[in-house]
Amino acid sequence: MLRIFHDTKYDFIRWWKVAVGLTVAFLVIGLGSFAIKPINYSIEFTGGTLKQLQFTTPPDVSQIRQALDAAGFRESEIQQYGSNKEFTLRVHDAASTAAQASGAERVSVAVDSALIKKFGANDIKVVRTEAVGPRVGSELRGNALLAILISFVVTLIYLAIRFEWRFGLAAVIATGHDIFTTLAFLKVMHLEVSLTVVAALLTVLGYSLNDTIIIFDRVRENLRKGRKEPLYDVLNRSINETLPRSILTHATATAATLALLLFAGEVIRPFAWVMLFGIVTGTFSSIYIAGPVLLWIERKYPRATAWKSSSTATATSQTRPSPTTATR
Amino acid sequence: MSLKYRIAIIVALIIASAGALFPRRVAKSGGQPGAIVRDSGYRFPLRKGLDLQGGMHLALEVDDSKAANITNKSEAIDRALKVVRSRVDQFGVSEPVVQKAGNDRIIVELPGIDEQQRAMDIVQKSAFLQFLITDKSNALERALPRLDAAAKSVAIAAPTGKTAQPQADTTKNALQGLFGTDTSKKTAKPDTATAGGAAKKTADSGKAADTTVPPTTNGPFTKLLQRGEMPGEYFVAQEDIPTLQHYLSDSSVMSAIPPGKSVLWSADSSVFNGHVFRSIYVVDSRPIITGEYLTDARPESSPTEGTVVTFQLNNEGGRRFRNETAKHIKDFMAIVLDGRVMGRPPVIQSAIGTRGQITMGNRDLQAAQDLALVLRAGALPVPLKVAEVRNIGPSLGSDSVHKSIHAGLLAIALVVLIMLVYYRFSGFLAVCGMVLYMLFTLAALAGFDAVLTLPGLAGFVLSIGIAVDANVLIFERIREELDRGKSARLAIDEGFRHALPAIIDSNVSTALTAAVLYQFGTGPVRGFAVTLLAGIAASMITAIFVVRTFYMIWLSRSTEQQTLSI
Repeated sequence: MLRIFHDTKYDFIRWWKVAVGLTVAFLVIGLGSFAIKPINYSIEFTGGTLKQLQFTTPPDVSQIRQALDAAGFRESEIQQYGSNKEFTLRVHDAASTAAQASGAERVSVAVDSALIKKFGANDIKVVRTEAVGPRVGSELRGNALLAILISFVVTLIYLAIRFEWRFGLAAVIATGHDIFTTLAFLKVMHLEVSLTVVAALLTVLGYSLNDTIIIFDRVRENLRKGRKEPLYDVLNRSINETLPRSILTHATATAATLALLLFAGEVIRPFAWVMLFGIVTGTFSSIYIAGPVLLWIERKYPRATAWKSSSTATATSQTRPSPTTATR
Repeated sequence: MSLKYRIAIIVALIIASAGALFPRRVAKSGGQPGAIVRDSGYRFPLRKGLDLQGGMHLALEVDDSKAANITNKSEAIDRALKVVRSRVDQFGVSEPVVQKAGNDRIIVELPGIDEQQRAMDIVQKSAFLQFLITDKSNALERALPRLDAAAKSVAIAAPTGKTAQPQADTTKNALQGLFGTDTSKKTAKPDTATAGGAAKKTADSGKAADTTVPPTTNGPFTKLLQRGEMPGEYFVAQEDIPTLQHYLSDSSVMSAIPPGKSVLWSADSSVFNGHVFRSIYVVDSRPIITGEYLTDARPESSPTEGTVVTFQLNNEGGRRFRNETAKHIKDFMAIVLDGRVMGRPPVIQSAIGTRGQITMGNRDLQAAQDLALVLRAGALPVPLKVAEVRNIGPSLGSDSVHKSIHAGLLAIALVVLIMLVYYRFSGFLAVCGMVLYMLFTLAALAGFDAVLTLPGLAGFVLSIGIAVDANVLIFERIREELDRGKSARLAIDEGFRHALPAIIDSNVSTALTAAVLYQFGTGPVRGFAVTLLAGIAASMITAIFVVRTFYMIWLSRSTEQQTLSI
């Protein structure tokens, strides 16, 4: 059989200081830039108007700008979207958004007529409009934050039931790490935070937690075997034992994500980017954050009894064949 | 469980899934806009979201600026919902969605709609129909001194107002023009309105307007008005309209208007001798009847009157209408829709029964169709405004579908390749399981009548990559057991048993996240959460049950020791 990373004996936990250093550096760069420029929320969250335009011939961007200026939307953003015949417009300055409070369609209608006046109805097509009133926007923002918090609490409760609290806390800290690094990634990549990106963020959260659970499940099992082994070694052994699974699962997940990134188009691209980064950071945190944190919690709050559990440990023979790395 | 039963269950699941995905018969409300044609057609049971098929999503709220104090918003929204639903049902799109969201919002989804403005008008129009008798007591004239005084104070009250006000006005106008609201439509001839056969066309008012001597005084209010031909009718020159609108929006001017009377604008402007005018009408505030008794309304086009909407009242409405009109013979009756007088008020010749018509001036048949539609559906109990609108062109939607399918095919190819190369025969079993996984997931989505959205499709593609995780966990366990020298049969048993807790834990935690997303997400994200949930269930069934059965089939071929390709 074809085997990769079989029966490895890497000392993963030893690198925790490096891991923490890397994380901190990344967070400082990513989150530090929040001080310079706030997060790039999408129209859904800020309120405002987004339009996707299709031109029959590549237009002069300055002409689009002129048309919008004439209509009084000086602070609008114009962006090329895919080909040079497609553009997106975003109007979300304070005054325009406030004007949408009495009817979300107002700015949209005004922009349409200004553009058609400039380019003619035959040469320009509005293929997508999103107009969101300010109240809806702020509500959505609240809901998204609430969704992230609640899913956090819910998984914490589940972990507390299935594992004991030390594991649960370590897993949640690792997941928190993923959220912050992903936020930093969003910032570094200048990705727009939309509802879809929040969905991706929550998927990353689930995926990373999944990964941590697989390793912790192995730790739990190895502890039940009741060997006299320090937790440090148990952690390392568990990570090594689950390594082939991790590699393979990440490979298939990455394959699917790459397919999305390359083929699924502009709308899905931010989602795919977040997912791709999430796979990396999720794997990283499961190994280098969750393990060391568990170790640290254990040192700080050691349990009264030894690492022996009275559960039905499988007492199978522990003889292991010598490592084979080739196919058979 | 014996192998036979397992196979039977799997076959049953496959048949059920295929059945769930079989094209369904669905009701459509039919092709011609405005016409109530019920039709049905077949379609693939997975409904595409608006982002995939194109269409319009609207969120409506109570317009607080127009509705002073609504004590129970939720209840008001419930009543409005019924009206909006009945309008949308008649609008002629297949499978529209009209539902309440939260306590104070109505969500309307119109698949395949491209005419944004028209759709919004139909949904939002209040459609409050009233029949009012124009004032014949010259109440306005008698009140003019007071109105002038009030108007003067408005004009003087703030000398800065003189500078600031016109500025505000012009910006307001600019905005209005900008937002495309109601820039006065110029009609070639005055609109005439007839109510039933009993009304008679009034004489050409053009001359009347020209010959009318302007009212005596030259007060700021009075000088804007030219007396019309019928009682309670006044003409306002185009350029004076904003000023008068400004006066009429002032509370001190409003309080100077005689009690029991209302001043209403006409819906359209008219041109006489090259001058554009718009009329205002002074009417009795109490309507002789409202649109609540209306049972039917139809668009018609008559050669003499242009486009009209004919309507019919129910028996009670007809009786009231007859009684009231009988009291007002020779009076003029204004037909008022949403506070605007439609056409010129006709004179009442004799008592009018259950039928009547509204003339639409020069507007096209579609406008009449839309008006008939909203009248049939009834008036909105509360004014609504748009809180959110998303419109996606159909071409963009189908483009997204194609791209997602490409991405999906690539993902499947890559995952199949990885599994086959790494796990050989077992990988093949996993791939067979994956095919069933996709079938089950889609069937589950169809079963829930879930809406397939673009994030949902992306989630599905992603889940193909993640779903094999359960297989990978099991296979790695089997390998470990084989390493310990166990037979294939025992290793498979042990492998499945040991992998189970990890599979359940990880799937449940993902399912919890998805459930939270479903609860708090809207539209597209909800679609994503549903796909994720269906995927988790299907992946657990295939990995734990179906692939296990495949192994059992493989093992049952012989009782001898077999070498497992994994």
